[in-house]
Amino acid sequence: MAEAGKTIEIEVLRYRPEQDAAPVAQSYQVPFTDDMSVLQGLQYIKDHLDGTLSFRWSCRMAICGSCGMMIDGKPKLSCKTFLREFYPGGVRVEALAHFPIERDLVAGVDDFIVKLESIKPYLIPREPRRLDEGEYLQTPHELEQYEQFSSCINCMLCYAACPQYGLDSKFTGPGVLALLHRYNADSRDGGRDERMELVNAEEGVWSCTAVGYCSEVCPKAVDPANAVNQNKVNSAKDYFLRFLRPGTKP
Amino acid sequence: MKRSNAPVFWGLFGAGGMLSALFGPMLVFITGIAVPLGLLLPRDLMSYPRMLAFAQHWAGKGFVFAVIALFTWHAAHRIFHSLHDVGIRGGTLAKLLCYGGALVVTLLALWSLLAIGF
Amino acid sequence: MSGRRPYMRPMNGWWRRDPFFVRYMIREATALIVAAYAIVLLAGVLCLSQGEGAWNGWLAAMRSPVSIVLHVLMLVAMIYHTYSWFEIMPKTMPAMFVGGKRVAAATITMSGLAAAVVAAVALFVVVWMLRP
Repeated sequence: MAEAGKTIEIEVLRYRPEQDAAPVAQSYQVPFTDDMSVLQGLQYIKDHLDGTLSFRWSCRMAICGSCGMMIDGKPKLSCKTFLREFYPGGVRVEALAHFPIERDLVAGVDDFIVKLESIKPYLIPREPRRLDEGEYLQTPHELEQYEQFSSCINCMLCYAACPQYGLDSKFTGPGVLALLHRYNADSRDGGRDERMELVNAEEGVWSCTAVGYCSEVCPKAVDPANAVNQNKVNSAKDYFLRFLRPGTKP
Repeated sequence: MKRSNAPVFWGLFGAGGMLSALFGPMLVFITGIAVPLGLLLPRDLMSYPRMLAFAQHWAGKGFVFAVIALFTWHAAHRIFHSLHDVGIRGGTLAKLLCYGGALVVTLLALWSLLAIGF
Repeated sequence: MSGRRPYMRPMNGWWRRDPFFVRYMIREATALIVAAYAIVLLAGVLCLSQGEGAWNGWLAAMRSPVSIVLHVLMLVAMIYHTYSWFEIMPKTMPAMFVGGKRVAAATITMSGLAAAVVAAVALFVVVWMLRP
């Protein structure tokens, strides 16, 4: 529905490493309709106003996790956030917090990828299983133990929300620990002991101070704060009971 | 990766946090407002003979020690992490001050309660 | 050369950037009051161990207007500690099921706060029954 003449100001924190010493804000006036997402606003800028603007996006329906950015200081998916929320005052967008800025709204996510791989994010069977044994059977109750944590789309909004990750990027972080919990809580998995070393480390659950903002911003209601803090109990049990269990790492 | 010793301090933090969450407000009210002012409770409820008898009983000693010690270990753990939050990091000195302080308070409480006798 | 020059933004003043973080810092700051109260009690126990004169000195200090005002402020902080403690408690617990349905976080918080009210009343009643 075209509303002739309405525009909204989108202020973007630009950064071009080849020409900028530091990030600098640049404003654009974008034609506004009340059904536009922030992503559509950025796409208008790139298509009609400034082709040099760089940003990640893909599905534009909040499932790929590509378009995470800071929108008026809060970590959000730009495809799931609407310009009408900020009309007529305008909106400020910047790259996802706590990550280095590569260019404009593109954050450097190498650290997140390395961490994802480090937690063994795959089912580790308790014992080898033959084909003729058939598939694993799982009750709805068993599914409920981990299903919520399997909803993660790797959008990293929780990392932008987490001040502990921002203060020290050695922290494994909410999303990755939620994924770790997803596997530990799956009845088909037997890899808990292998993952405990990371859980028990300072870089594991013990850097978390239960701020809880990660769960607030998660677009998929994964509740990473719960995954991390539940595992503080598991880690404490492991710490105190380790001498009673043969073969447990000291 | 090195195993963290955080579970010890976190456990004390949790116990102290729960104890102070359940009993902190009323303890502050009774000892710091009600009894000193004679409000709802008589002023001589905390008189020397009564408090001495309370602290000489093993249950009284236990309760007072638990409150002082656990409140302190709860606070030490949280303050240590808050220092980190506001940029005071580099661990060792902060750890010594926070957890060392809690240890000093614990030992002083223990000593006084034992000195009071049975 | 790739031309990459990643830019790290500073964390200074991070907690002032969002009300959520301000509330978190207030929650954490209640620890200072928990510590302060423990030290008030420690002072009392130390005085108690030094005899009647020392104990009466502590009692007199507790009756001073400054002490009363500080304890009122400590009471407010303690109550906020209680509230914020049970507000975050559901996050530390695994999923609980009652009658096949998932127990909501709000239910856990409300139960905790109810327990705190019961504990406060119980403590008052016990002390009141032991009055001279």
